[in-house]
Amino acid sequence: MMSTTKHTIAVIVNDQPGVLQRVSGLFGRRGFNIESITVGASEEEGLSRMVIVTTGDDHLLEQIEKQLYKIIDVIKVVNLSKQPMVSRELALIKVKAEAHERPEVLGVVETFRASVVDIGPNTLMVQVVGDSEKIEAMVELLKPYGIREISRTGVTALIRGQVNG
Amino acid sequence: MSSHRTTMRSTDELRQNWMKPEVITGSEMLLRSLLLEGVECVFGYPGGAVLYIYDAMHGREDFHHVLTRHEQGAIHAADGYARASGKVGVCIATSGPGATNLVTGIATAYMDSVPLVVITGNVATNFIGTDAFQEADITGITLPVTKHSYLVRNVEDLPRVIHEAFHIANTGRKGPVLIDIPKDVSAAKSMFTPVTSVNIRGYNPTVQPNKYQVDKMLKAIEEAQAPVILAGAGVIHSGAHEELYDFATKAQIPVTTTLLGLGGFPSGHDLWMGMPGMHGTFTANMAIQQADLLINIGARFDDRVTMKLDGFAPKAKIVHIDIDPAEIGKNVPTDVPIVGDIRSTLQLANATVKRSDKADAWRSQVMQWKEEKPLTFVDSDEELKPQWVIQMINDTTHGDAIVTTDVGQHQMWAAQYYRFNHPRSWITSGGLGTMGFGFPSAIGAQMAYPDRTVVSINGDGGMQMCAQELAICAINNIPVKVAIINNRVLGMVRQWQELIYDNRYSHIDLAGSPDFVKLAEAYGVRGFRATTKEEAEQAWQEALNTPGPAVVEFVVRKHENVYPMVTQGCTIDQMILGESE
Repeated sequence: MMSTTKHTIAVIVNDQPGVLQRVSGLFGRRGFNIESITVGASEEEGLSRMVIVTTGDDHLLEQIEKQLYKIIDVIKVVNLSKQPMVSRELALIKVKAEAHERPEVLGVVETFRASVVDIGPNTLMVQVVGDSEKIEAMVELLKPYGIREISRTGVTALIRGQVNG
Repeated sequence: MSSHRTTMRSTDELRQNWMKPEVITGSEMLLRSLLLEGVECVFGYPGGAVLYIYDAMHGREDFHHVLTRHEQGAIHAADGYARASGKVGVCIATSGPGATNLVTGIATAYMDSVPLVVITGNVATNFIGTDAFQEADITGITLPVTKHSYLVRNVEDLPRVIHEAFHIANTGRKGPVLIDIPKDVSAAKSMFTPVTSVNIRGYNPTVQPNKYQVDKMLKAIEEAQAPVILAGAGVIHSGAHEELYDFATKAQIPVTTTLLGLGGFPSGHDLWMGMPGMHGTFTANMAIQQADLLINIGARFDDRVTMKLDGFAPKAKIVHIDIDPAEIGKNVPTDVPIVGDIRSTLQLANATVKRSDKADAWRSQVMQWKEEKPLTFVDSDEELKPQWVIQMINDTTHGDAIVTTDVGQHQMWAAQYYRFNHPRSWITSGGLGTMGFGFPSAIGAQMAYPDRTVVSINGDGGMQMCAQELAICAINNIPVKVAIINNRVLGMVRQWQELIYDNRYSHIDLAGSPDFVKLAEAYGVRGFRATTKEEAEQAWQEALNTPGPAVVEFVVRKHENVYPMVTQGCTIDQMILGESE
C-alpha cells in the first residue's frame, strides 16, 4: 500500500508572475520529488495548467495535494494517474548519422512513427512524441548510432473522455 | 496610552475622509486602506524605499506609527499585538536590509499561524533585478514563510491587494502576508476607490465541518473508556475557548493544552491536565499514552508534543479537527479527520455531545495522577529558584496578566508555573522558537491592551537580542513589566549539554552581560535587581506599582533544569521527572 510509485498530477494555477516558483519551491522545501514539470496555457484565459510527474507513496501524494491547495494561486489539483489518462512527451534527438547510416536510422524512426525534422551533414534530428516509455525506447535504439543531444519537454497529460480538470 | 486610543478611534467623519474617491499617491492609498481595515497602530522603521510612505504619514494624526529601534523589534511587536488582540498586526520596513531583518519575525508568525500584514518598500520597478542599492528579492526570500505575498507593480492594484492581504491573513489558517511596494508605486498617483469585497478564486477555507464526521467523533466519545482532548492554538485562533469549555465539561473529558494552547482551557479546572510533550506534565503525557481516544482540537502534532512518533498515543483512536486539511494525517495517522473551523465544529458537536459514561474509572485515574505527580521543584532559601519567581509573578498578577516569553528554560517554567485562565494571555514563539521575541512582543500586546498588566518574562540571553526596544517603552511610556530570569548562562542549551552531551559545556557562558539595571536606566526605564525571595517580592511589587515600564532582574540558580523532560528518541511516557522535595 505504501509503495513508491510514479504519479502524474495536474495543477491549475493563476497565470501570475512567480507562480512556478511557489509550486516548485513547495516541492523543494518539503522534500517532494519532481521528475518533470510542464507549464502552459489552459483552456481558460488567466489560468495555466502545470503537469507534474512525481514519485512517492499514497501518504506523500496526499500531502502534496493538500500542500498545493494551500498556495493561494493554485485553483485546482487533479491526480491524473488515478484515472484513465493520456500522457505525452515530445523529444528532439540529434543523432549522428553519416550518409550510409541514414536508411537504417530512418527505418527506426518510421517504426516509431517519429519524424526527421532536420538533416545536417552528418546528423539527423528526430522528433518523437509519445509516453515516456516510448521515448526511452527510442533513445535506446538510437544510442548505437551516437546521440549528440537530447531535449525532452517533460510530460503533459489530460484525462480521457469527460471534462474533468 | 489610553489617550492615544481615543484620538485614533475612527469616527464616522474620519472614515468618510478616508473613503473619499480622489486621485492620491500609492502611499496615501496605503495609509487610508490600513485605516479602513481598522488598523490601530503600525510598527515600523523608515528607509529610502519607503520615504514616500513615511512622507504621507507626516503630520497625520489619525495614523499611529510606532518607531522601533530595529525591524526585528517592529515585527515581533506586530506579532504580539496580533496574538493579544486577535486582529491583524502590521509592520513596515524599507527594502533590502530593512526587509531581510523582518524574515525571522515573518517565519515566527508563520509557524504559529499569526495574522500579520507585512509591508516592505522595494527599489523602483525599473531597478528591480539590477542589484540596485538596498535591493532584495523579499517576496522570493519569504516565499517559504508567508501564507501569501504580493509584489505590487501598479498603483491601481494597491487597494485590492491590501484588502485581500488582510482577508487572507486573518481567515482560514491564519498567517503572515507580505506586500512589497516598489518606490515608484508608492509615489504614483491614481484614483482611489476603496475595496470592500474579496473574490479570490483559489482561496476558500472550509469553515463548516462535515456533520457525518462530527457524528463519528461523538459516537467515539460514547464508546471511549479513556478519552483525552489535546487542545492547541487553533482553539485560541478561532476564539473557541468557551465552546471548548462546554465540550469538555459536557463530555467530561480531561484536557491537555499544548504550549500555544495554554489559556484555551482554565488551568484551575479539574479536567485540565497541563501541557503535554517534552516538558509536559506527568498526567498529560501518561494520559495520552494510555488513552483509547485522542481528540486533537487545533493542534498540529508538533514533534515537541509527540516526541517519538512511533509509539505516540499507541492505543488511541485519533480524531483531528483542524482548519488546515494539510495538518490532518501529516504526522499522525488519523481515524476521524474533521476539516473545519474549531468554533463552528465544537458548536455543532455541543448540540448533542453526551457525557462519556464509560470513562469514570479513567477520570479517577487522571485525578490520581494529578494528585500524585504534580509539577515539582526543590525550593531554596539560599538562592532564587526560577520556578518560584514564576509562581510569585503568577500570584501577584492573579493569573490575569498577559505574559510573553522568550525561548528556553524560562519559557518552559512560565508555561508550567503560570496558571492561565484566559485565551490570548499567553504569547510565546512555539513553532520557530525565536529568541528575541519575548520583549518586543510584549510591547505589541500592551499596545493592544493599554490598561492590562503585561509581563514579559525573558532569559538573560534572549533579552539581549532585542533589548534596544527599551527605548520605545521609555519614550512612549509603554508600561511593560520585564522580568529577566538571569542564570548567567544559555540555560536550555546548558541543560542539554549536561544531560545529553556529558557535561561538555560548550559556548554557553553569558558572563559579561550588561548590568541589566543600568541597561534599563540607560534607556530611562526603572530597573531593579533581586537575589533573594524578599528582594524579589519587593522589587516586583515596586515594578508593578511603577506607572511606566520597569525591568526586574532575578538572579537565579544557574544549574536548574526543566523537568519533566523527555529526551529525543523517547516516547512521552519515558520522562525524566527530576528531583522533588
